[in-house]
Amino acid sequence: MRGKVIPQNEMKLVIPSRSANESFARAAVAAFMSQLDPTVEEMTDIKTAVSEAVTNCIVHAYRDTIGKIWIDAAIYDDGRIVVQIKDKGCGIPDVAQARQPLFTTGGSERAGLGFAVMESFTDRMTVRSAVGKGTTVTLEKRVAQRYRHDS
Amino acid sequence: MPVILESSDGELTVLIQGEIDHHTAAALREEIDRAVDSLKPEVLALDFSGVGFMDSSGIGLIMGRFQNVRAYGGTLRVVNPPPMVARMMRLAGMGRLGVL
Repeated sequence: MRGKVIPQNEMKLVIPSRSANESFARAAVAAFMSQLDPTVEEMTDIKTAVSEAVTNCIVHAYRDTIGKIWIDAAIYDDGRIVVQIKDKGCGIPDVAQARQPLFTTGGSERAGLGFAVMESFTDRMTVRSAVGKGTTVTLEKRVAQRYRHDS
Repeated sequence: MPVILESSDGELTVLIQGEIDHHTAAALREEIDRAVDSLKPEVLALDFSGVGFMDSSGIGLIMGRFQNVRAYGGTLRVVNPPPMVARMMRLAGMGRLGVL
């Protein structure tokens, strides 16, 4: 039986669902991720995916209110970064429908591409949601292994 | 969110600078719509050369402006998209709209 893989490093961030925090959240995860020595493109991919997930919390989960968003990120020796974005908002009644490109309940200025972007810009995305309880999105991406200092 | 507007010969060029997300898109939208409402340009050119980051909120911004100018017979053009903006537009299937 394989043991649990221990992260090389971890971070936790809790922010209120204010739109001004979108840039802060993605910049914080990007700064943490820089320990993996990613390319600019790899970092942009994670920043974009995190931005989409946090925006979903603000626009959908806590539509008419301000709630907390929990962001946990971990990096692993094999070059993976795993980011979990969790809210305790309204939840998604039909996750499969919400994941369809162009589906949105956010009005005419929303493209309905959030989940499609998260899926496309990462290696793996999972969504767990319960109506009235909240949603957890997990994003995973492997950064190409290059020379890194051990520390 | 800094925006530089230039208008000549029926073309309004909007040079967008900085990062586009749901937060910054709101102010951008207002500023662009105000200029479009008063000038009704034949061509609205959105210049993305100064954009350092864009998530799908930028796609909503482009789509909304596309519909606005098309409503009065104008056209929208997207100018100088950096690679990550072009990638996002391809993902959104915007090649079909002929704005690039």
